[in-house]
Amino acid sequence: MSPPVAPPGWSRWLVPPAALSVHLSIGQAYAWSVFKPPLESALGLSGTQSALPFQLGIVMLGLSAAFGGTLVERNGPRWAMTVALICFSSGFLLSALGAATEQYWLIVLGYGFVGGIGLGIGYISPVSTLIKWFPDRPGMATGIAIMGFGGGALIASPWSAQMLESFGSDNSGIALAFLVHGLAYAVFMTLGVLLIRVPRTAKPVEGAPSVSAGPQVSARGAVRTPQFWCLWIVLCMNVTAGIGILEKAAPMIKDFFADTSTPVSVSAAAGFVALLSAANMAGRIGWSSTSDLIGRKNIYRVYLGVGAVMYALLALFGDSSKPLFILCALVILSFYGGGFATIPAYLKDLFGTYQVGAIHGRLLTAWSTAGVLGPLIVNWIADRQEEAGKSGSSLYGLSFVIMIGLLVVGFVANELVRPVHVRHHIPAPREEAVDVQRQQPESA
Amino acid sequence: MSSDSSQSPPDRRGLIAFAWLWVGAPLAYGVYELVQKATQLFTG
Repeated sequence: MSPPVAPPGWSRWLVPPAALSVHLSIGQAYAWSVFKPPLESALGLSGTQSALPFQLGIVMLGLSAAFGGTLVERNGPRWAMTVALICFSSGFLLSALGAATEQYWLIVLGYGFVGGIGLGIGYISPVSTLIKWFPDRPGMATGIAIMGFGGGALIASPWSAQMLESFGSDNSGIALAFLVHGLAYAVFMTLGVLLIRVPRTAKPVEGAPSVSAGPQVSARGAVRTPQFWCLWIVLCMNVTAGIGILEKAAPMIKDFFADTSTPVSVSAAAGFVALLSAANMAGRIGWSSTSDLIGRKNIYRVYLGVGAVMYALLALFGDSSKPLFILCALVILSFYGGGFATIPAYLKDLFGTYQVGAIHGRLLTAWSTAGVLGPLIVNWIADRQEEAGKSGSSLYGLSFVIMIGLLVVGFVANELVRPVHVRHHIPAPREEAVDVQRQQPESA
Repeated sequence: MSSDSSQSPPDRRGLIAFAWLWVGAPLAYGVYELVQKATQLFTG
């Protein structure tokens, strides 16, 4: 499939909704927990077993983004969005079959393996195209799309819960819910497939820099540069720090204020988790757009430096003031979201637009690593502290100190980022050659 | 100058509005549900 080239006069403001239709859909993955209790009771599963489809899905997201990135660059965004649509929707359809026939392995295979490929390819599908359409505001453009991934869970969580309430939580009700999800997401994602276009020229906006301006590095070349690995550390540390809060947000706020005159109720803790999701989403669009104004290196200085200060405030004074605790946690989560959303623009600054989607895919292995590292640190330390007879805020003190250390490591890695050495650059600006070829039929 | 350049490109404002509504409506629903839940922090 050749990349779909925009006709004359095509508006670049049609590209973000195309990207959002994919990201809002695949973001459903973070609402998988809605299906866990009904699956456990309907199919007699343990909590660990019911988490398998989600865990396999996230593993497949990382693998398909890392290994499928070059294919996405070669075949273009419409091909990638079509693959994402087919995989993500058929994952749900296979799961529906699995629930209807009580074959749990089909749900793991469908949602986890097949759907997971859709997650990875879908996640990176619009990144390169958005950067090419918005060379003047790449942070904002990718921020919109990656905000959609956060927004997907906000939509799916209440929607799936309402559906299970209507259809019933037995295996036929779950099967029907999976079927509706598969069909609805197929229709919803179709908008992205139909609307996505690559720009006709390397300079789609008057006055903006050309997308092929500056150094261009291939994905294969990028992983051989220290810059790629510095950014890998930056992303991994930033995500680990965010997950440190996100993973145990509800029990954490309850533990912090358990021995005070104003303990936190279960519903208030749920409200706190919801507020963190809002901060995560707002950070994706807000901080990423800010990076267009103050620069990528500076915004990561803020994420990592101010993030460390926020953790220090939590560790020192978090249990003395509820507003301070909430404020610090919200800021950390906004940096977590911002870190995800700003990284494609940072990659574009360093490696150019040539294979930025594929490079982004490879960098997402940092996310997979952080997804294991963050919860492991917080849970392991909290368990050991509890065994040692500690309670309340002291369960988390050591975790926070470790998070500060990780953020400092990330800060140093960010400081080490320098422009990529010329030996890694590809020889010719290929975009210009493509433009000339595209324009020839018109001017003939 | 090519003959194409003398024609004005089609007006795509309707398509842009439709596309943003397509993604904006479910997102607004999600944000509404989120706000409802988040207020529990102050009332719960």
